[in-house]
Amino acid sequence: MSFVEYGDTIKDGDTAIVFLGHESMFPVKVQHGTVTQTKYGVIRHSTDLIGKRYGSKVTCSKGGWVFILHPTPELWTMNLPHRTQILYSTDISIITMMLELKPGSIVCESGTGSGSLSHALIRTVAPTGHLYTVEFHQQRAQKAREEFREHGVEHLVTVTNQDVCKNGFGVSNIADAVFLDIPSPWEAIGHAKSALKAEGGRICSFSPCIEQVQRTCLAMEEYGFTEINTLEILLRVYNVRTISLQIPDLGKAAEDNSSPAFDSSSPSHQGSPCANLQQGTVQFKSGVPLREVVGHTGYLTFATKS
Amino acid sequence: AMEGGPSARIREGDCAVLKRDEVFKAVSVLRRRKIIFEKQWFYLDNAIGHIYGTTFEVTSGGNLQPKQEVEEATTETKEAGTDNRNIVDDGKSQKLTHDDIKALKDKGIKGQEIVQQLIENSTTFRDKTEFAQDKYIKKKKKKYEAVITIVKPSTRILSTMYYAREPGKINHLRYDTLAQMLTLGNIHAGNKMIVMETCAGLVLGAVMERMGGYGSIIQMYPGGGPVRAATSCFGFPKPFFDNLHEFPLSKVQSLLSGTFSTETLPAEPEENALLEEESNGLTEEKQTSLQETEEEPATEAAMEIHPAEEQDTMDINAEDVEFKENKEKENKENVREKQIKQWERRKKLLEAAALLREKNADGLIVASKFHPTPLLLSLLEFVAPSRPFVVYCQYKEPLLECYTKLRERGGVINLKLSETWLRNYQVLPDRSHPKLTMSGGGGYLLSGITVVLDKGKSDSSNSEALKMEEPSSKRCRLQDLPC
Repeated sequence: MSFVEYGDTIKDGDTAIVFLGHESMFPVKVQHGTVTQTKYGVIRHSTDLIGKRYGSKVTCSKGGWVFILHPTPELWTMNLPHRTQILYSTDISIITMMLELKPGSIVCESGTGSGSLSHALIRTVAPTGHLYTVEFHQQRAQKAREEFREHGVEHLVTVTNQDVCKNGFGVSNIADAVFLDIPSPWEAIGHAKSALKAEGGRICSFSPCIEQVQRTCLAMEEYGFTEINTLEILLRVYNVRTISLQIPDLGKAAEDNSSPAFDSSSPSHQGSPCANLQQGTVQFKSGVPLREVVGHTGYLTFATKS
Repeated sequence: AMEGGPSARIREGDCAVLKRDEVFKAVSVLRRRKIIFEKQWFYLDNAIGHIYGTTFEVTSGGNLQPKQEVEEATTETKEAGTDNRNIVDDGKSQKLTHDDIKALKDKGIKGQEIVQQLIENSTTFRDKTEFAQDKYIKKKKKKYEAVITIVKPSTRILSTMYYAREPGKINHLRYDTLAQMLTLGNIHAGNKMIVMETCAGLVLGAVMERMGGYGSIIQMYPGGGPVRAATSCFGFPKPFFDNLHEFPLSKVQSLLSGTFSTETLPAEPEENALLEEESNGLTEEKQTSLQETEEEPATEAAMEIHPAEEQDTMDINAEDVEFKENKEKENKENVREKQIKQWERRKKLLEAAALLREKNADGLIVASKFHPTPLLLSLLEFVAPSRPFVVYCQYKEPLLECYTKLRERGGVINLKLSETWLRNYQVLPDRSHPKLTMSGGGGYLLSGITVVLDKGKSDSSNSEALKMEEPSSKRCRLQDLPC
């Protein structure tokens, strides 16, 4: 396995995802002789994991079972250990497309943070591209390097521990795209411009606050970027539920015993609600929004170097 | 791919995208071919050789000329008002008439100068606030300073263009929704993908772009053949198409049940079907070069064995005999050609069938006008376990049904029904706010991950998690949990 290439069977050293059901999962480092505790019991790596096909069901010691999944950047994003606030796949998706990333692309990123976006970028530019990622926090930079190595992608990424606002990305005139997720992106626009290739490079800056966006847009304009565009994207998830609504008792018309006001059993009754006469309810399927959803992550500003 | 290398230049035969502000149009770069775009007529000849991303002006005569970088005269503190309480819109503040402006245009006066003239001849300009003046100038510039940028096609450009110009062709798939599909589907180099789309080939092109020519794609198609009008706009190098296969939906059931044979090939695509998916934002004039590649099978069908012309006279001289012999030779060649083509089609079909039969695809992408449920239930059979799949539907309801059927089938986890909400912003000093209009909807996605299919029991989860899937209303009330 690798984060940039699918494998069929679980091998010693792999990072696999243990899926317990309904958004409950965690990553595990597969190792001969190790055991992993789950609420359904113990998983013994040597017998239960190694050699098994990804996607297999594994029964744990207490009888319950889990699925073992092949890692992907998206699953990693949902399960990685947070060292900072991370970017989620919704933002990552639009960033990837708007920066026109593809195999072979050279990308620069700062800050590396917890490596959520980094893994996604590496996956997209593989096997011939490269990610230059800059992180000013020494421990985070080191942790990122370790993770990339563990995940078999270190040949596709270079982690540099420095301040991008002062020292840039460490490369010049070669990047197809630059991504900034730092407190003061306007201070890095000049460095971004010099890292980007001569013509047509794309830049993206992610900022939670509109004031940051304003300063960044101004800086982009000053440095001659074109096609400056700011947007935000939010995910709306729907739970699929079968809903039963009760039919109210409106009584009967005075003399007439036969026809009630609402006859749910009549053949002329159209539409999907199917009546359940015994309980006086109507059932239907609905996509129900969640009670609380993410209302804001950050503003994304894109531009082109011309 | 020339990533990081010298920027691409506009070449004859390319599919390029014309851009003016937020308006895009895809065109074929051909010499001496008149293009209409944003109320302007011009030839692309002068653009050939320039780098993509160059901005041009249309000169008199319809020629393109690279726009010179003009230093915007840093305005001396202009005279401006404080608010609009005394500005009356009586339609009479502009002293130049339509004819005056037309005369200026005919004289060949540049757009910049026309805008200057309009400002000077506006009685209310100096009373407007600075912001209003700014807005006024921007508006006039947009109308009279016709600049066109020629950009290289990409998923970003083409998906935005199609959504704005011909959303019907792509089932109203908004570009951010497409972006989600590519990421949720973990589309990357080396995958073996199954794609089923009726979005003019836009989704196929997007998948191909993210695979960079590595791996393979099997495109499932309805009817006689896949539509790839948008795919050709991307300008992929030829090798990208070496591992692009196609397989007819009409043969899926036979393939799954083991009765597949190539004896009855799907009917050759009618000429109508081709012309249907025509322009899509390409020039109004017929794109003969693009149509040619799609017309091949139709030509095949149209080819008939023409019997040798009947001789009018009984006179058989040497010439006639030779003519007849040549005609027969021609007929034999036509027949042979047709046979070769048929044989090639069969061969390709068998290859695609073999790839599908391995049942080890790395992912499935569906984005079509058809009801998604039958597509998913059948095509998932060809996907390996622990692989993502994403289905797009313009409407939510069919995906509700699809979700339910998938739960019944089993072999899938992490099912998620979602849509994305997208908003663009105007960012200007002291004038930042969301833009005034936005898309009402960009379609819905149902995504999930395959797992080993346990034919015995349903694997939606252990009993505890099962309770979490569809809680009763009572449970919701009591525990106040997100249901």
